[in-house]
Amino acid sequence: MSDTPVTYVRKEMLGQKAPPTSEVGPVRWVRENLFSSPMNAILTILSLYVVYVVVSHVGPWLVNGIWDADSLTECREIIAATGDGHHSAACFGVISARWHQLVFGYYPSELYWRPVLALVVFLVGIAPVMFPSLPRKLYIVTMAAPLLCFWLLWGGSIWLPIAIALGFAVGVVAHKLLDTHVSSLAAIIGAIVLPLIYWLYICGPLAGGLASIIPLGIEFVPSRSFGGFMLSIVIGLSAIVISLPLGILLALARRSDLFIIKTCAVVFIEVIRGIPLIVWLFTAQLLLNYFLPPGSSFDLTLRVIIMVTLFAAAYIAEVIRGGLAALPKGQYEGADSLGLNYWQSMQLIVLPQALKISIPGIVNTFIGLFKDTTLVVFIGLFDPLGIASAIRATTEWNGIYWELFLFIGIMFFISCFSMGRYSLYLEKKLQREHR
Amino acid sequence: MKKTVFFGALTAAGLAAGMASAATLDDVKARGSLNCGVTTGLVGFAAPNAEGEWEGFDVGVCRAVAAAIFGDPTAVEFVPTTGQTRFTALASGEIDLLARNTTWTMSRDVDLKFEFVGVNYYDGQGFLVPKALGVTSATELDGATVCIQTGTTTELNLADYFRVNGITYEPVPIETNAEGQQQYLAGACDVYTTDASGLAATRATFENPNDHVLLPEIISKEPLGPLVRHGDNEWGDIARWTLNALITAEELGVTSENIEELAATPGNNPEVNRLLGTEGELGAMLGLEADWAKNAIMAGGNYGELFDNNIGESTSIALARGLNAQWTDGGLLYSPPFR
Repeated sequence: MSDTPVTYVRKEMLGQKAPPTSEVGPVRWVRENLFSSPMNAILTILSLYVVYVVVSHVGPWLVNGIWDADSLTECREIIAATGDGHHSAACFGVISARWHQLVFGYYPSELYWRPVLALVVFLVGIAPVMFPSLPRKLYIVTMAAPLLCFWLLWGGSIWLPIAIALGFAVGVVAHKLLDTHVSSLAAIIGAIVLPLIYWLYICGPLAGGLASIIPLGIEFVPSRSFGGFMLSIVIGLSAIVISLPLGILLALARRSDLFIIKTCAVVFIEVIRGIPLIVWLFTAQLLLNYFLPPGSSFDLTLRVIIMVTLFAAAYIAEVIRGGLAALPKGQYEGADSLGLNYWQSMQLIVLPQALKISIPGIVNTFIGLFKDTTLVVFIGLFDPLGIASAIRATTEWNGIYWELFLFIGIMFFISCFSMGRYSLYLEKKLQREHR
Repeated sequence: MKKTVFFGALTAAGLAAGMASAATLDDVKARGSLNCGVTTGLVGFAAPNAEGEWEGFDVGVCRAVAAAIFGDPTAVEFVPTTGQTRFTALASGEIDLLARNTTWTMSRDVDLKFEFVGVNYYDGQGFLVPKALGVTSATELDGATVCIQTGTTTELNLADYFRVNGITYEPVPIETNAEGQQQYLAGACDVYTTDASGLAATRATFENPNDHVLLPEIISKEPLGPLVRHGDNEWGDIARWTLNALITAEELGVTSENIEELAATPGNNPEVNRLLGTEGELGAMLGLEADWAKNAIMAGGNYGELFDNNIGESTSIALARGLNAQWTDGGLLYSPPFR
């Protein structure tokens, strides 16, 4: 071989070149996702045009929004003064003037801290349930939260919630005493009946008596002052919190072998579920009034909360029943073979799995329930939509629509979206199959 | 505790139902406030303001009745009612008085067992059209599309009117007044029809009210007034004569400004003296204080002042007195004498 170097053979490796611009980065993404075929290209251009039209109309309307006007007329004057007469602008002055009513209804403004504090108490109370990593001591707040929230929202004498709480103590004591001295069946019956008797006949006079000896309390706020998002949240959260345990019991009852219990559960669920919520609300508002003597006022908001809770419980029961049915039979048999009794097997083996399966359905029901609270507008309660029409019924703001609806929509979206996110977090955290 | 009330009430229901309606005044006095049913919001007639205080023409009636009983116009609990819930609320005793621009009709008075205590606003169904349409009379509306609230008397009135006049129309059904305004402004219908007071209030909210006109025809009678339950005539009398006191006060020139002066000493006009309690025993006949009417008038002024402050020509709604003027001015307001 000659010594002449072979010039056409490369001796060193070429450095890596950047890929062609059409194959990487945004250009490739656009090509692949937006213009991959003529049809898609047309669709993309059409969609872009639609987006442009919407943004070019809604954008200026939002951006030019006027926040400091005291009436629609003033708002229109400002728009006319600044613009060329053609441009449009939102009149957010209604939000800055009336946001407190949209949020708190007609709750006394100097007491706004109370519903806010109640919400904080609720959130602290529910935190250990939602996030198991938190210290267990927080369960003390969880147990006190319902009555504390009740007291903060409605106010009045502090002795009423304390007297109600004593009822639970009565139940626990009765259960313990009867269990050791009589029998476990008597203990269960006693733990249910005695507190009921206490609440019906002793609780009221006791609270009244204590209040007259040591008058201690905060200003009473009637339910009629509740409104706006506060009302939605009070109704929604009460119903959510109470309907879940109720729904679990109903689902278990429906799958029970005991004929009477099963029949009761089936009838309850089918009757409640078979009739629209609005009909139940009208029942709460109108029919109950006929059963009660004139003059007695069994609080309308409480009536609504009870109706909404029962309604939600029926749906939750069916969702959880689905979870129970999805569980392989082996799980039940395994629990039995371990010698666990019914409640133990449900608590330790069946329900944790069934509830996990049901999470999306449960949260779905809750989101629906929260939005359904706006139906109370039809029975004369001031939910956010009711407040919006009441605001429109004043001479200052008559004729304003979109700004109010936008605000209400955003508030509902925030609430419902966070519920949905939490459910996703929970699903991921509880995923056991693929670890 | 609410449960106690609930179950106690259930057991007592049978006993109480028959007799509880007998003494509304005693119940109201024991409660310390009047439960007054109003709308959930109607411009000029009843709506809560930015502070949550109820204001409006119907609200004024509630406040006057409360003032007549307690001497305090704020001793009222306002119960918002919808078109569906108002009558049940009154029949069941949840409210003592319904002042919710309710039309006085025979079936409501007789069949629903209510008692209308008078008329505080004579309304009637009218038509709102854009000026650009060039229509000057409702009879020219042949073939027009009409926005109309479903399930109301206005719907029936409209059908009757067009049939009598032998012209046709195409209805665009709407559910609420708010929807009606939007549909009309968006051009979904040529004509919007509802009570004339509502049309005036609606027109006042438009960006260019002068582009729209109310047609001269009023095609129905809608006497709106407060009502109470059958069966307690004493209570009905209080509501009726409070309303009459407001009307009479305007007729006699008693206003919230000169009332202190007139009520201080008996004056030359015996009817003013009887009205204000400086002469005679009219208050005692109702079971109220002698100065009941004075308090009622001071609550929000006489009828004319209430009208002017809430819906009159100085407000944005700008309703003329029209039928609601005193009989001496060619209107229909005619209170029986205080004697």
